[in-house]
Amino acid sequence: MTPEAERARVVVRRGLALVAIGLLALGAVFVVALRFTPIERFQGLPQKIFYVHVPAAWCALLAFTVVGIASILYLWLRDARLDLFAESAASAGLVFSTVMLTTGPLWGKPIWGTWWTWDARLTFTLFLFFLFLGYRALRGALHDPGERARYSAVVGILGMVLVPFVHLTVYLFPTVHPQPIVLKPSSPSLPWEMLRTLLLSLTAYTVLLIGFVTTRYGLGRGAEARGELDAG
Amino acid sequence: MGDLVRAVFAIAGKDLRVEVRSRTALVSALAFAALVLVIFNFARDAGSVSREALAPSVLWITFTFSGMIALNRSFALERENAALDGLLLAPVSRSALFLGKYLANLAFVFTVEAVTLPLFVLFFGADLSGVVSGIVLTAVLATAGFVAVGTLFSAIAVRTRFAELMLPLLVLPFLIPPVIGAVQVTARLLAGRPMSEILGWLKILALYDLVFVTVCLLLFPALMDE
Repeated sequence: MTPEAERARVVVRRGLALVAIGLLALGAVFVVALRFTPIERFQGLPQKIFYVHVPAAWCALLAFTVVGIASILYLWLRDARLDLFAESAASAGLVFSTVMLTTGPLWGKPIWGTWWTWDARLTFTLFLFFLFLGYRALRGALHDPGERARYSAVVGILGMVLVPFVHLTVYLFPTVHPQPIVLKPSSPSLPWEMLRTLLLSLTAYTVLLIGFVTTRYGLGRGAEARGELDAG
Repeated sequence: MGDLVRAVFAIAGKDLRVEVRSRTALVSALAFAALVLVIFNFARDAGSVSREALAPSVLWITFTFSGMIALNRSFALERENAALDGLLLAPVSRSALFLGKYLANLAFVFTVEAVTLPLFVLFFGADLSGVVSGIVLTAVLATAGFVAVGTLFSAIAVRTRFAELMLPLLVLPFLIPPVIGAVQVTARLLAGRPMSEILGWLKILALYDLVFVTVCLLLFPALMDE
């Protein structure tokens, strides 16, 4: 085994360890959310989905930002590792936006009375999901590694630039989505027990995100070391 | 600066000349736009949805979809006979190449829109008296941004195996802010709402144009270095 492949193995192992920690923490979140967090007065039990939905949205956005920043750095430094990193973040982001888009309707059915509504924030997160998909599809359709890296970096950067417009339009379009309750100009209006559960869940999800990205990055490096990289 | 402007107009002029002489793409895009309008009329339940209620959406779907046809052709044109290599060898900057392509695409899409608008009035009975200038301004603001993104993506998509499919997949998410803004403005204009309700959306459209034209201009050279 070459030193390069050995290093990749270490990265994969670290990634898997992080994923294991993240999954354990996620288990703890379920226990804390269901057992030790008060039930919301108006929404009842369905409100618990909040603790898995919001962190997924946070991770999807975070992954998106990482793709954008790694893409900028790639175009600047032209280091193939940055391209692989952006690809790993995009794949993890796709997973988290899928979680966000499945937990959302599960909550919407009992609370809004419908699985899906063309609410602005819902629509835009759906389009972020499509943007991730487009990014992945583009990578699959290009063969030359250099070309693939440059082109997908450009798409990654444009995607990141689109995100603020997403947020801008959210506040202007008529919406039924709950308004921000934690990250808003005045102080968070969430009881401490609920905020604590949310923060725990945010941590668990973020660890999972880092774990996924690290594992995938390590696998990509390993494939590269074996000279068989055709990461789609 | 003078050189840049000259190069930009030379490239845009070349594209438009090709277009004027062959006319295939323009005629197809116009026929496509007319067909979309016709299909939309039959794709609604005439008893429950009035033409007027659907009008703003129809207008913008038609504009953006026919715009996409135009964009597909932009770099496909350069693909044949390796014309792009010739362009890249020419002593013009990559920015001039992008701006020239962008201007030609804008001219193409504006032409399609200018022909579609009267057809839209005819088919959908929209009363544009007094709001024509507002609609034109909205069209200009909404189109300028997405054509910039589309021009850039056209250069990317043409290198992939299924360019016709890849371009819409990449561009459509970027169409959402301009389409939402344009539909909101158009609906309010047609309903005779005051200017104050429209101004905010127009500002967003203008900001979108400014940001994306700048970013695309900065990113385009990265696509072209071989």
